[in-house]
Amino acid sequence: MNITLKKLLPHALVLLAVLTLGACSTAPVLPEGEEPLEPRFSADRVLIKETHTLDDEISDPWEGFNRSMYRFNYRFDKYVFLPAVNGYQFITPDFMQAGIYNFFRNIQDITTLINSILQLSPEKTANTTTRLVINSTIGILGFINVADDVPRSDEDFGQTLGHWGVGRGPYLVLPVLGPSSLRDGTGAIVDIIVIGRIRDAALDLETWQKWTWSILRAVDLRSHVAARYYESGTPFEYEWLRLLYTTKRELDIER
Amino acid sequence: MKKGLSFLIAAIWVTASWAATEPYGYPITDRWQATVIGTPKQLKADLPETIPIKKRRITIFEDREVPEPLWFDKDLRYFHALQKGPAPLIFLIAGTGVSYDGGKNNNMARAFYQAGFHVVSISSPTYMNFVVAASKTGVPGHVYRDAEDIYRVMERIWDKLQDKIEVTDFFVTGYSLGGLNTAFVTLLDEERQVFNFKKALLINPPVNLYNSISLLDRMLENIPGGIDNFDRFYIRLVEQIGKVYTRADSVNIDEEFIFRAFEAVNPDNEELAALIGVSFRITSANMAFTSDLMTNAGYIKPANMTFTKNTSPGDLETVAHRLGFTDFFHTYFYTHEKKLQPGITRQELADAMSLTEIEDYLKNSPKIEVMHNQDDIILEEGEIDFFPRVFGARAKIYPRGGHLGNMEYRDNVDHMVRVFTQ
Repeated sequence: MNITLKKLLPHALVLLAVLTLGACSTAPVLPEGEEPLEPRFSADRVLIKETHTLDDEISDPWEGFNRSMYRFNYRFDKYVFLPAVNGYQFITPDFMQAGIYNFFRNIQDITTLINSILQLSPEKTANTTTRLVINSTIGILGFINVADDVPRSDEDFGQTLGHWGVGRGPYLVLPVLGPSSLRDGTGAIVDIIVIGRIRDAALDLETWQKWTWSILRAVDLRSHVAARYYESGTPFEYEWLRLLYTTKRELDIER
Repeated sequence: MKKGLSFLIAAIWVTASWAATEPYGYPITDRWQATVIGTPKQLKADLPETIPIKKRRITIFEDREVPEPLWFDKDLRYFHALQKGPAPLIFLIAGTGVSYDGGKNNNMARAFYQAGFHVVSISSPTYMNFVVAASKTGVPGHVYRDAEDIYRVMERIWDKLQDKIEVTDFFVTGYSLGGLNTAFVTLLDEERQVFNFKKALLINPPVNLYNSISLLDRMLENIPGGIDNFDRFYIRLVEQIGKVYTRADSVNIDEEFIFRAFEAVNPDNEELAALIGVSFRITSANMAFTSDLMTNAGYIKPANMTFTKNTSPGDLETVAHRLGFTDFFHTYFYTHEKKLQPGITRQELADAMSLTEIEDYLKNSPKIEVMHNQDDIILEEGEIDFFPRVFGARAKIYPRGGHLGNMEYRDNVDHMVRVFTQ
């Protein structure tokens, strides 16, 4: 894990630098020396009352970077992720896809368990423990979701931080993973590292096996998300996603 | 008294005989609820879960220059589901602001595919991708020009398909604005004769587009305090749905969740109308802003201001959501139209965007049928009578269902398919 991370880091930094350089201003462009012409409906004319929009409450100081990353994610999705998902669905029998899905959901339950404990939630801890124990044993390492009737929740470290009062911080579009915030992005990295450590303590995997694990995990995850970039039919997709993501995370922390 | 009594008996007799011959089982009697809830799961038509839908992209205008923020929409997206052997082909046209891949087109596709049709699904000419990739002028909403745009799209798609499949006959249908589009596309086909549509079905179309958009704009007046308080309305809605969400056992946001949320929130008719108004407002904002970017006409965006891929719309997004369809009509659409047809008045333009405009054609064209609901919320009082009067027996009017609420109901799906198979 450490070796691969070290190897990858320079590449990742170059990528980030390229993206950041590409991420120039978020202001519109005007011909030099010109003032904006008056549109039919200017903001001054339409927004007479002092307006307060929901977007104002979401801090997005890195918008230029975020928008560039959003486009990068679209391309990654189109040229890498979705073809991989299609190939995966084409060659993998349905029952195996279901098994792999259940397996990673069971792994995800470990993250949920840790965070349920950290949030001092007895109900979620009890439910998740039950699910984990039954699915990991009778369910053969989680490949079969035997404990389907036991309520399942998704708790991650971002929610745990939120639970203990940490604010979400600036909006952040993560590479590949998409919409997030400084808090949730940090949480996601912590969860990934923790699960990696637990896995490495339990199993003695070769590097290529770890790669297979990560790729399979990502492809499985993507194959269960129907959303497609730039297909929502609105020129305000970036803003809508930012609002909906933020709203949903606030609700997730409450539940 | 005697008169009253005989009237009452007559009324009971009429209702009873109507009920005996044609019991209509769609259960939601309130037009607003029907429009929002749709059809309960157990009453939906029995359709195949999956059909071989293939999503495709096609370039309509080779030389099209797409504004930077819409760089990803140069090609038109659509889907087809093809039969193996020779079969009739049906084109589906989506409603206002909806894509080829929306829920309603997907359901129609499953019904027609099951009945043995090749299916081609097309977005509404008011959908962003269509405006950017397939609208000749970049200004949607004109029934004749939209029909030409749609017809061009159909021809291009057919160019691609004709070597692959064998088609026995061509058909076309669409719902809501797509129903109005269907009528004008069929009319255009009489002249062009590329497809010679054998049959066309209009599902819950507006009679007069301007009347319908006025009704939709006015629904937002049901937000307490008006559109300026949209944010408070949104927050309250999220809070209420959030209560259901945070208490729910499972985390799946599915149909059942929405149903439970609906039960818990128990919205009154004003709130439902506001909700429908909001959803159409989002549509009009998307359409207007997209069109403004395409034409640079200075409707919302200053004409000399260029948006890059990274430009944040800022206040302009808020402005776009404060403007309705009727603002679009008067301040943008009409201005654009006047350049092409000097001397045309607003009233003339509004009147032309309607089925009444082609009443004679509809009356004398046995190939066109319509299905509609007596209580549809997009029609003015009395407008529903246009259909039985003009279409006669080719009009099927259901007693309830609101706007498309009953579209997935068994009887409706049966009727929709039967129009094309009998």
